[in-house]
Amino acid sequence: MIGQPSQLCALLDTLCPMHVMVDPTGHIRHAGPTLIKVLGGAPVRGRRFFEMFELLRPTMPCTMVALRAASGQRLHLRLRDGSRSEMKGVLMPLPDGPDGALVVNLSFGLSVVAAVSRYDLTNADFAATDLTVEMLYLVEAKSAAMDASRKLNLRLQGAKIAAEEQAFTDTLTGLHNRRALEPVLTRLIEAGEDFALMHLDLDHFKQVNDTLGHAAGDHVLEVVAAILREETRKGDTIIRAGGDEFVLIFAPLIKAGNLNDIAARLIRRLEQPIAFRDQICRISASLGSTLSHDYPDPAIERMMEDADCALYAAKEAGRGRHLAFTPDLRPRAPSDRAAARQRA
Amino acid sequence: MHGLINRAIEMFVRDTYGRKAWVALAVRCDLGSTEFEAMLTYDDAITPALLRGLAREQDKPVETLLEDIGTYLVSHPSAERVRRLLRFSGDDFTEFLRSLDDLPARARLAVPDLILPRLELREHNLQNFSLKVCHGADIPPVFGHVLVGLLRAMADDYGALVLLDHKGGSGGTEVICVNLLESAFAKGRSFALGQVPR
Repeated sequence: MIGQPSQLCALLDTLCPMHVMVDPTGHIRHAGPTLIKVLGGAPVRGRRFFEMFELLRPTMPCTMVALRAASGQRLHLRLRDGSRSEMKGVLMPLPDGPDGALVVNLSFGLSVVAAVSRYDLTNADFAATDLTVEMLYLVEAKSAAMDASRKLNLRLQGAKIAAEEQAFTDTLTGLHNRRALEPVLTRLIEAGEDFALMHLDLDHFKQVNDTLGHAAGDHVLEVVAAILREETRKGDTIIRAGGDEFVLIFAPLIKAGNLNDIAARLIRRLEQPIAFRDQICRISASLGSTLSHDYPDPAIERMMEDADCALYAAKEAGRGRHLAFTPDLRPRAPSDRAAARQRA
Repeated sequence: MHGLINRAIEMFVRDTYGRKAWVALAVRCDLGSTEFEAMLTYDDAITPALLRGLAREQDKPVETLLEDIGTYLVSHPSAERVRRLLRFSGDDFTEFLRSLDDLPARARLAVPDLILPRLELREHNLQNFSLKVCHGADIPPVFGHVLVGLLRAMADDYGALVLLDHKGGSGGTEVICVNLLESAFAKGRSFALGQVPR
């Protein structure tokens, strides 16, 4: 048996500090201490339940008969005050009640994190068995752990980008190295973008290296890299493929005629004497190029071979010039190609 | 050792003795980096080496430094998050003491691979407690000293007046005596559940 009404209220205040007891007339008879705090501390006794709470689910008329019928069901409510805080609830009729009063127990559900700040709730506002405080602890602890993980991820990401850049960069000239070739071409081909592929070999570079030394050679390569950068557009790719071999990728595509102009300008600038200490270095360049739109299905290897083929034809024809690839340049047998390489 | 522990030592040295002192210590201990990652795990030998190096450099016993670290974790502004997480354990210092048994489980709840020694509180009366720290025989008895510093700072935080005494350790356990002289000695620092830092 439950004793005096005041004893019942004290019991409920401890076990369910967010409960509200509603008279059969729909007026509030008693509310738990936490709920009173949430409602702003104003007296709630005697106010109508449906004036303070809007029942969102289940959908039903705002009558005590309908409310009683929802006993034991999950309720979804909203405060009608300025906060419009949403709450979960469950109600049961008061046992042995001569008058048929209801007890509605409430909680904040997932909005509890916001509610705790809004109403300045403390440990003491929750029942000792309520896991809300543990949940708040977990939310705070996990967001701290998540922040630490995010920082670590950002740092690793930065290190990865730096390592990749290093892996794709030629340390002497700062240009891309051979490893960058395939990813760049693959991306262009997959995107279906038209582009021009140009191979460039320095002429007479070996003489510079042999007669003036490696320091002079390195200096020449740096000057060459600067010229290549100046004579190409921002989006074009310049790769130092090996010793004195360079690959230029022009994307978006330049007209074949323009490509010839660019090649001529490159050769003209590369042929200008380069001073190194008190010496003068003279080089030139041979170039071969091919255009992706000349291929029904552009493939990296094939285009590289054809650009190479045009390059060796340019060398054959006397160096210091540019040739665009045409099918008749293709060597008849592999041995021709090897011979051409040797002569170059 | 969990990165969080090494990172705590790092932050303690940075905030107490300055960045220069930390970098010097990191170089001397051959860490290979001047920053610990809180979410990585490091070789177990690093932590005691760091503490020995720090003790030598500051000319202080390791035990004193460990206590300072415990205090730092609760009272320094850059460790505010640790203080908050600890304050979730109870509304007053007595409640906090009674929740210490749960501390390792709480830590694991937040960071599953952070293993802390088991704690057992014995309540002799309302003023006198003893706390047993059980870390296994193969681990040096150091955590108890951190705990002494941490408990002292938490008592301050709650506004309680306590006397703490590390009774030494043997066979993989340490014992700390807690004498609670007054639970509401001072006002203490404020704590609100829903006031997430930053």
